[in-house]
Amino acid sequence: MKKSFLASMLVLLLVILAACGNTSGEKASAKDKKESPEKAAPTEMILATTTSTQDTGLLDVLVPKFEKENNVKVKTIAVGTGQALEMGTKGEADALLVHAPKSEQEIVDSGDAINYKRVMYNDFVLAGPSENPAGVSGDDINAAFKKLYDSKAVFVSRGDDSGTNKKELSLWQALNIKPSGSNYISTGQGMGATLQVAAEKKGYVLTDRGTWLAQEKNLKGLKIVVEGGKNLMNIYHVMQVNPEKHDKVNSKDAKKFVDFMVSKDVQDIIKDFGVKKYGQPLFHQYTE
Amino acid sequence: MELIIEGLKKALDIILSADPEVIRITLLTLRVSFTSILISTIIGLPLGMAIGLSRFKGRKIILIFINIGMGLPPVVAGLWITLLLWRSGPLGNFSLLYTPTAIVMAQVLVSLPIITGLTSSAFQQINDKLLLQIKAMGATKRQTLLILLKESRIAVMAAIIAGFGRVIAEVGAAMMVGGNILGDTRILTTTIVMEVSKGNFDLALALSFILLSAAFLITGTLTFLQQRTRNL
Repeated sequence: MKKSFLASMLVLLLVILAACGNTSGEKASAKDKKESPEKAAPTEMILATTTSTQDTGLLDVLVPKFEKENNVKVKTIAVGTGQALEMGTKGEADALLVHAPKSEQEIVDSGDAINYKRVMYNDFVLAGPSENPAGVSGDDINAAFKKLYDSKAVFVSRGDDSGTNKKELSLWQALNIKPSGSNYISTGQGMGATLQVAAEKKGYVLTDRGTWLAQEKNLKGLKIVVEGGKNLMNIYHVMQVNPEKHDKVNSKDAKKFVDFMVSKDVQDIIKDFGVKKYGQPLFHQYTE
Repeated sequence: MELIIEGLKKALDIILSADPEVIRITLLTLRVSFTSILISTIIGLPLGMAIGLSRFKGRKIILIFINIGMGLPPVVAGLWITLLLWRSGPLGNFSLLYTPTAIVMAQVLVSLPIITGLTSSAFQQINDKLLLQIKAMGATKRQTLLILLKESRIAVMAAIIAGFGRVIAEVGAAMMVGGNILGDTRILTTTIVMEVSKGNFDLALALSFILLSAAFLITGTLTFLQQRTRNL
């Protein structure tokens, strides 16, 4: 009885050890590959960016290209713009790709970010239930927001300090309105999840067009109601974190990444990205 | 309903076509979970035995903290580890944030209390008479511990199984300290979260079936080991 128990414990231990042993073997061979004579070990760079660039799949195209060309391992951390900027301010990231120009200005002014470059844009759209109870339309987002507020329509907000959330709040602020009450739902989640909530609750929601196009098939009962206004432009900037303020920052690769994003090659990829799948581009080139 | 069938089909597709990306993610998930549970067991088992068998001042307080730890929300563990590993944090020089090691650290933090706590419960239940008997037969300390371990093997295995369930299901901490980086720290649970936010419900569902199959195989093996020893 004792023997069999010990034996089975031994088997378990072996299984676990084998699992771990395998992986250390894998690691070693991977290392060998990396350290092959023609190529030095890749350096690591942390890119803090927004969920929209990841959820649309744009980064899946751009990052591997950058890694290959520069022998860099990019660690992409997709969070809200607010958090991405905070990571930059703390020196926890090397490069940032975000879309909230007003907040970006603060981190540039504080000297935490340098080499600030405009990369691309798409636009925000207002989506709402297809019955459109508030009767909003056209391209005037301010008028639409006023109407939504007056008719007490259900509005679903990101509420997560993301670029889209910041944009929405600035629109309310322009009207001197403080949205609150049971008609104002704050999800605190990403764009995809927030769109889902809007579809379930039959609410209006401000979204970037890229995520909308990628998600549209799952959003029964929602449609775009307001689009095309001039102040609905959604501009993305890339920047690197200032190595003089944060000494652990990898500024060499971050600089390369900024240059990479505004290069003609990459701008051409951005211009065509999504055309095949959605019949229209998700982002437009917009360098300075 | 349609979606579930679609998801099952996709899961079969992925498994049959041996999608290299999914295989890599699954292997990483297993590697990280096994490493975490191994570390937790190596530390938690002796610790639980010691706490369960000895009587000392402050033991109840320690037990309270262990029991709270069993319910420690993974995101809390993740947040603590993040603060610790930040470049500006105390362990910043090791650049461990956004690596599989960081995920292991967080998973040990959430599974160690479970293994320690459940092991100590098992050893508290040991009959005093048995202890006397073992002593009377002149067993050495090592022999005594081995006999006791054998005596509570079912509960000890249960502790390991519970700990394993915790780490393989964990997502909040892995997202925060791992960063869900493609080819590096992307594990099954974080991939599922990401695919859901991308709106790829079928793929997310397919991955959930793969995750459950892996959990089934491993937990099944552990349960088999646990039960087999009882019958012999």
